Amino acid sequence: MSAQEPTVPGAVRRLPPSAVLPARTPVADAPWLAPLRQTGEFFILAALVVRMTFKRPFQFRELVEQFWFVASVTILPAALVSIPFGAVIALQVGSLLQQFGAQSFTGAGSVVAVVQQASPLIVALTIAGAGGSAICADLGARTIREEMDAMEVMGVSPVQRLVVPRVLAVTGVAVLLNGLTSVVGVLGGYFLNVYVQHGTPGSYLSSFSALAQLPDLYISEIKALIFGFLAGVIAAHRGLNPRPGPKGVGDAVNESVVIAFLLLFVVNVVLTAIYLQVVPAKVA
Amino acid sequence: MALTRPLEWRLLGKRITARRTLARERLRAPTPVKAGLQMGIEVVVEGLSKSFGRSPVWHDVTLTLPAGEVSVMLGPSGTGKTVFLKSLVGLLKPERGHVFVDGTDIVTCSERQLYQARRLFGVMFQDGALFGSMSLYDNIAFPLREHTKLREREIADIVMEKMGMVGLAGEEAKFPGQISGGMRKRAGLARALVLDPQIILCDEPDSGLDPVRTAYLSQLLIDLNAEIDATILIVTHNIQIAATVPDNIGMLFRGELVGFGPRELLLTSDEPVVSQFLAGRRIGPIGMAEEKDLATIAAEQAQVDSGHHDGGTAAPDLRIVTQLDPTPGMPPRQAVQRRKERVMSMLHTLPPAAREAILDSFSGAAAGPGMSAGEAAGQGMDAAGAWGGER
Repeated sequence: MSAQEPTVPGAVRRLPPSAVLPARTPVADAPWLAPLRQTGEFFILAALVVRMTFKRPFQFRELVEQFWFVASVTILPAALVSIPFGAVIALQVGSLLQQFGAQSFTGAGSVVAVVQQASPLIVALTIAGAGGSAICADLGARTIREEMDAMEVMGVSPVQRLVVPRVLAVTGVAVLLNGLTSVVGVLGGYFLNVYVQHGTPGSYLSSFSALAQLPDLYISEIKALIFGFLAGVIAAHRGLNPRPGPKGVGDAVNESVVIAFLLLFVVNVVLTAIYLQVVPAKVA
Repeated sequence: MALTRPLEWRLLGKRITARRTLARERLRAPTPVKAGLQMGIEVVVEGLSKSFGRSPVWHDVTLTLPAGEVSVMLGPSGTGKTVFLKSLVGLLKPERGHVFVDGTDIVTCSERQLYQARRLFGVMFQDGALFGSMSLYDNIAFPLREHTKLREREIADIVMEKMGMVGLAGEEAKFPGQISGGMRKRAGLARALVLDPQIILCDEPDSGLDPVRTAYLSQLLIDLNAEIDATILIVTHNIQIAATVPDNIGMLFRGELVGFGPRELLLTSDEPVVSQFLAGRRIGPIGMAEEKDLATIAAEQAQVDSGHHDGGTAAPDLRIVTQLDPTPGMPPRQAVQRRKERVMSMLHTLPPAAREAILDSFSGAAAGPGMSAGEAAGQGMDAAGAWGGER
């Protein structure tokens, strides 16, 4: 160290040699609090997305492009998944009800299972898996290439410019897609019931309309909306905070899908519980 | 180029007219040569400290980037030069200290103020940080489209001018993935310049560039300073730039600001860290790793004493390399006179070697621009000064 002492007095201004910073708020830096910090950041981002949605200028072009993109990667998988899903529910419920001699109520089973549960979940899984992962990878790659920094320095908020259109696109596609999967799922159940299990079309439809009520559709769409929003914000959050390097982006995409799946099922339980408490079941 | 995107222009035109109207007045006419109308802004850094988790990057950095002058921050790789640059624009939040820009404390101000203050900055990132999904044209037009209500024709004029300035004319339609690192860097500089910033920050403008292109870039930065009188900070470890471009040089090492002052102060410094760095020698306190113990220093010294090469390549007389002048035909740099007054007032605080070098440089400058241009042409380092006239 002695070699560094200035040989000419005042040649270079020396700063006090206390090279070690006093440990700053050690609790907040604790590694076991990392999940909490991440959760906090997630909620901040979610709130920011909501706030920035109403801030001008609105990125309409980006929204349309993202909407198109997310829809194009999710419609086919969602439809293809919902056919066997509806069919399998009809099969299971149908064979169960058959034992009670109540096969004519298979249609009712499809309402409860497909519209309320299966459809929003199928939407959530395809949205998070196909749309969210692509968004996370895109944002993550941009982050590690300092594009986000560059954008911020140019006085443009990446959240407003990039994240808001993506989250809105994912949410919007989720809501619309939910209608599609509901219909396709119920149709899948119908065809299986009518053509494979030899149920009668009339009993399927009448039991369907006997138990179905509009709130079933509402909660289904509300679920899709919330799932879509969560999947979008999770993808954006992971994409904006990857660990450095290409591997960090890969990990971030992985995390975003896993976290989204876990969270969606938990949120689904909560929403279903609330729905069952709030909306009285229709008596057939 | 201009004819290939009419639909997009119409869409954009609609969007832009719906934009906020404030702060657009900062925008100048397509030809920005209006030296004197605006002046660079002083950046005052006070007691800035930054750490990542438990590991400190640097602490208690205090310096002032004088308005309209060109400054260079030197330092070995990994000493937090880029972190320092990012802290200046609020991309990273230092734990302590202040960065005052135009009355705003970047460290503590609100998000809104920060976005306002950032409009003053043009930042050239290490790898250009271009948007991979956009062509070079759209990349460079991006700040204009976001922040101005200019018509697409006017935007095209500005973009083309800046692209010509960095030698990228004709490459508008290319995407960042299709061009070399040096071109990305220059495109990044062009993008940083379109809004005529008052403070320009360059993160290692030389990395990935050959010495000749580095010399051109150095000349470009000096010309830019003459044209728009912007405050410029270059973060680099390139000695060629450090010797020829800046008015002021600072150096970061081992988490501290070793010093910051007029270029002569560091170029003539006997501080081992500084002289080792400028000479590019292995002998001295800077090692391959962050820390270098006394035993290693002694062993290396013994090797050199017995005739082994010390690794240094830089000219030993770096202190007499003259600073670049603007290309003939450019307006004179306004910073020169301001700097002269500032440096003369602090002359008595400087060590004798620096004092002598400063007085020498001023007496040379007093002989007139023709004289200093001749001197510049004589210097091997000043290739850009001699060739710049061909631009």
